[in-house]
Amino acid sequence: MAKIVVVTSGKGGVGKTTTTAALGAALARSGQNVAVVDFDVGLRNLDLIMGVERRVVFDLINVIQGEATLHQALIRDKRCDTLSILPASQTRDKDALTSEGIERVMNELRERFDWILCDSPAGIERGAQLAMHHADHAVIVTNPEVSSVRDSDRIIGMLDSQTARAQKGETVEKHLLLTRYDPSRASRGEMLSVEDVVGILSLPLLGVIPESEDVLKASNVGAPVTFASPESVPALAYFEAVARLEGKDIPVTIPTEKRGLFDRIFKKRGS
Amino acid sequence: MSFLDSFFSRKRPEASSNVARDRLQILLAHERQAQEGGDSTLLRTLHAEILEVLARHVSIDEDNVQIKMDRGQKCSKLEIDIQVPQSGLRAQVSTMTPNEDL
Ligand SMILES: Nc1ncnc2c1ncn2[C@@H]1O[C@H](COP(=O)(O)OP(=O)(O)OP(=O)(O)O)[C@@H](O)[C@H]1O
Ligand SMILES: [Mg+2]
Repeated sequence: MAKIVVVTSGKGGVGKTTTTAALGAALARSGQNVAVVDFDVGLRNLDLIMGVERRVVFDLINVIQGEATLHQALIRDKRCDTLSILPASQTRDKDALTSEGIERVMNELRERFDWILCDSPAGIERGAQLAMHHADHAVIVTNPEVSSVRDSDRIIGMLDSQTARAQKGETVEKHLLLTRYDPSRASRGEMLSVEDVVGILSLPLLGVIPESEDVLKASNVGAPVTFASPESVPALAYFEAVARLEGKDIPVTIPTEKRGLFDRIFKKRGS
Repeated sequence: MSFLDSFFSRKRPEASSNVARDRLQILLAHERQAQEGGDSTLLRTLHAEILEVLARHVSIDEDNVQIKMDRGQKCSKLEIDIQVPQSGLRAQVSTMTPNEDL
């Protein structure tokens, strides 16, 4: 059965798009059919992070308005043929996203894919609501920082009240993904710890993604970090998150300060 | 990053940022143009008209016409992939009359 996952946060810039790309790519690598869908109308970026920006012809709104079929709008990833991208519109008005249109597209996606990952826009307005509406699962992307945790709490409330599942008396399965986690700052007490955030939001933890330059490098070259550097610490954390999303019961690796002797001695030279 | 890594990376140009710059230059050139109704409007028109012409000759599913784009620095590549099924061909033959003016 196809699963729809919304990647959401409330707060902007916490790593939703990075996460949608990384999780989608990791799921697709295991041979499952995956579609990643950009809901950020007017500010699309998933195409850029996935490296397909030069190939976009049609978008979600074209499909909703009947100007293109879903098949024509989906862009097949060149690195992994079980991965497809449905871009958001860059120029059209947000109001063109009708809830009936989205429902139709989601139903069609369910028939063709095993996983549908929806990259939500920031905020709690219509765009974010539409992105979460059909979700079976929600990945709540949170940074260890007060305003991000507060906004995540708002989003959790919305997932529990405004989604299709909530309206049917069912629940959206919620998972907390802590991103941009800096272990050294957390250990110095400058940043909320993993336990703090889990304790406050009381959600099961899907994974902890460290702050890492590998994420920036991957975005530079237009590849999900799980493709660009699959052995890197953030990629391994995303692969682990995918295993948990698939229902595997594995412990969450909490990033630690892994500094070599050289780094410690030459700390001033390094990053 | 270990000391050795940072030692070597100093000698090498920062490759991924160059890729990022080139990608952005191409993308933004096209997007700025698109705001004046360029690129994507043209594609959409082409798509609609190609389908219209096709429909006059063969019966094909809209899903079997794929338009692919690859935007480049100086020029873009537009690839149109049309799958004509056997049944579509037969439809074409059967609708052709000797005097048809095409
Ligand atoms: N683990 C990480 N380490 C370092 N940088 C990261 C990490 N995750 C995300 N970033 C960076 O943070 C910035 C925001 O990420 P991203 O675009 O994924 O966030 P977003 O939640 O989708 O933002 P928006 O709300 O604007 O859609 C980007 O520059 C990205 O490269
Ligand atoms: Mg985003």
